[in-house]
Amino acid sequence: MAFLELSHVKKSFGQVHVVKDFDMAIEKGEFISFLGPSGCGKTTVLRMIAGFETVSSGTITIGGHDLTDLKPNQRNIGMVFQAYALFPNMTVGQNVAFGLKVAGKPKAEIDVTVKEMLDLIHLGHLIDRFPYQLSGGQQQRVALARALAIRPRVLLLDEPLSALDAKIRVSLREEIRSIQRKLGITTIFVTHDQEEALSISDRIVVMNEGRADQIGTPFEIYNFPRTRFVASFVGTLNILPGHVADGASGRIEIDGQAVHACRDLARLTGRSACTVALRPEAIRLGTAGDGANHLTGKIEEVSFLGAVLRVRVRLADHAISLDMFNNPGVAPPERGSPATVTFAREDVLIVEEAA
Amino acid sequence: MNLKKIGAWTAIAVGVIYFIVPLIGTFEFSLRMRRGEYSLDAYESVFSDVRFHATFGYSGLMAVLTIIFGMLLVVPTAYWVRLRLPQLRPVVEFVTLLPLVIPAIVVVFGYLRIYNSSSYLPFTASERATDILLMGSYMMLSLPYMYRSVDTAMRTIDVRTLTEAAESLGAGWTTILFKCIFPNVMSGVLAGSFITFAIVMGEFTMASLLDRPAFGPYLQLIGANKAYEPSALAIIAFLITWVSMGLLQVVSRFGKARPART
Repeated sequence: MAFLELSHVKKSFGQVHVVKDFDMAIEKGEFISFLGPSGCGKTTVLRMIAGFETVSSGTITIGGHDLTDLKPNQRNIGMVFQAYALFPNMTVGQNVAFGLKVAGKPKAEIDVTVKEMLDLIHLGHLIDRFPYQLSGGQQQRVALARALAIRPRVLLLDEPLSALDAKIRVSLREEIRSIQRKLGITTIFVTHDQEEALSISDRIVVMNEGRADQIGTPFEIYNFPRTRFVASFVGTLNILPGHVADGASGRIEIDGQAVHACRDLARLTGRSACTVALRPEAIRLGTAGDGANHLTGKIEEVSFLGAVLRVRVRLADHAISLDMFNNPGVAPPERGSPATVTFAREDVLIVEEAA
Repeated sequence: MNLKKIGAWTAIAVGVIYFIVPLIGTFEFSLRMRRGEYSLDAYESVFSDVRFHATFGYSGLMAVLTIIFGMLLVVPTAYWVRLRLPQLRPVVEFVTLLPLVIPAIVVVFGYLRIYNSSSYLPFTASERATDILLMGSYMMLSLPYMYRSVDTAMRTIDVRTLTEAAESLGAGWTTILFKCIFPNVMSGVLAGSFITFAIVMGEFTMASLLDRPAFGPYLQLIGANKAYEPSALAIIAFLITWVSMGLLQVVSRFGKARPART
C-alpha cells in the first residue's frame, strides 16, 4: 500500500466539476509535482489533501488512515503558500515556533527545533526579524521552515516560487529539493512551470481539465508524452497532422512526404488520421544515414536564441521547427534556401487526443 | 496669487472662523467666573463636584466595557464575513450603518417597549441590567465606526491564507483569531476604540432616557443650572474628543510604519 493515496477523488463547485476521478498513489519520501495550466485542478487537489476543500466523493489516506473527513488542523500536513503567509505580528523565530507552541511542546524543545529549522534554511541570524524586514525569498524559506518544524507527514507546496524572481526561483527550488532529500519527507509541489517540475521531481502528474493526463518520471513525461496535451504542455513541440499510409509498417504521410515511426504502431490500426509530435532538438538540418526520416522544404525563419538557433522549415501546408547549436565558425542557414530535415524513427511520437 | 488660491484660502478661513471662534469664545467665557479677572475657578468647581467624578467614572467604565464587548462582537463577525460569507458583506455593512440613520431616541423607545420590567427580558427592572442594556445601546451606536475600522484593517492582511497557514500548523479557531488575526488588526481595533470612547463619553439620549448617571446627562444638567461651569465642561469634553482623535492618528501612523506583508 502506498503512503499517500487518493482514490476516485472528485470535486465539484455547483455544476462545475473541477476534479474528475483523480487517482494517485505516492510512496513515502517521494517528491511529486502537479503540473498543469491555470484552472486544471492541481491546486484544488492539493487543497483537498490539506483539508481546505472538502472532497465531493472519493477518499484520501495517509499511511493507511483515512483523513478525508478530518479538519486541516488534525491532519499534520505542512503547507507552504504562494503568498508566504507568514504571520506579520510575529518574528521569524515566533513564526517557526508557532506550530510547536500550538502542539504544546516544551519550551526547550521548541527552542532547539526552531534553531535547527533556521539553520536548515541558513537564516539563523534573522531569528528576531519581522516578515516585513525580509526579502521574498527569505520569507518563503521561513515559511518552509515553519511548515517543516511540526514534522509533518506530508509537505504541500502551492506554487511557492511563483512570486519570486527568476534567479531566486532556481536557487530556492534546488534548496527545497535538497532539504526534502535530507529529511526524506513526502512532498507534493504544485506548479505551472514545466522546467521547475522537470528539474526537481521524482514523478510528475500532468493535469488537464481536472484529470491526470499522465503520471510518470520527468524522463517519461518529456520523452514519451501520452497525450497531445502533455506533449504540447511539456517542452516545445512540433505538432503535425499525419495520414496513416500503412499501419503495419508504421508509414505515415506528412504533407505528402513519407515518415516512418517505430513506436506506438498498434495505435495506428484502423485509423486514417493521426497526430505526430517531434521535439525540435531531435531534428537535424541536412541528410543522415539510412533508416532516418527525411523531409524537404524551405527555410522560412531563423531565430537567434544565444546558445541555440531555432530554424523553421516550411514543408507544404505545415512548418517544422528545429534547434541547432550556435557555432560561431558556421554561418546560419539562409532564409528561403531549400532544406532537408532529418530525424530518427524513434523520435516520431504518435500522441492521443485528450479524452 | 491666482483666483483659485484666493477662493481656497477664503474657504479655509471661513471654516476656521466657524469652528474656532465659538470655541475661543467658550474657553474665554469659562475663564471669567471670577469677576474682573481670568481664572480657572469654573474648572476647579467642575473638578471638585462629586457628581462630575461619579458620572465621568461611570461613562468611562461604560466606554471601556463597550469597547471590550464591541471588539468581541465586531472582530469575529468581520473575520467570519471576510472568510466564509463574503457575499454577505454588503448586507452586514448596511446593518452596521443603520445606527447612523435611525435616531437614538427611536431606538431607546424601542428598548423601553421591548425590555421594560414586565417583558420577558426585563433589562430595565434593575440598575445593573439597565447598565447592560445601556452598554448594548452604546455598542450599537459605535457599530458603524468599529466595524469599518476593523474591516479596513482586515483588508490589509490576507485573512484567508493566514487562517489556512495557521490551520495547517494545527491551530484551532480561538488560537487563529486571538494570535494570528487580532494582533494584525489591532490598529483598526484601536482606531474604532477611540471613536467609541469619544461617542460614549458625550452620549446623552440613551443614558438620559434609561435614567443612568452618565456624563452626557450631567453635562446637560450643569448646562441648565449654572453659568460658567458648562463652558468649562464643554472644553473638557472637546479635549477628550481631541485626545481620542490624536491617539487615533498616532495608532494609524504606527500601523502604516509597519505594513503587514503576507
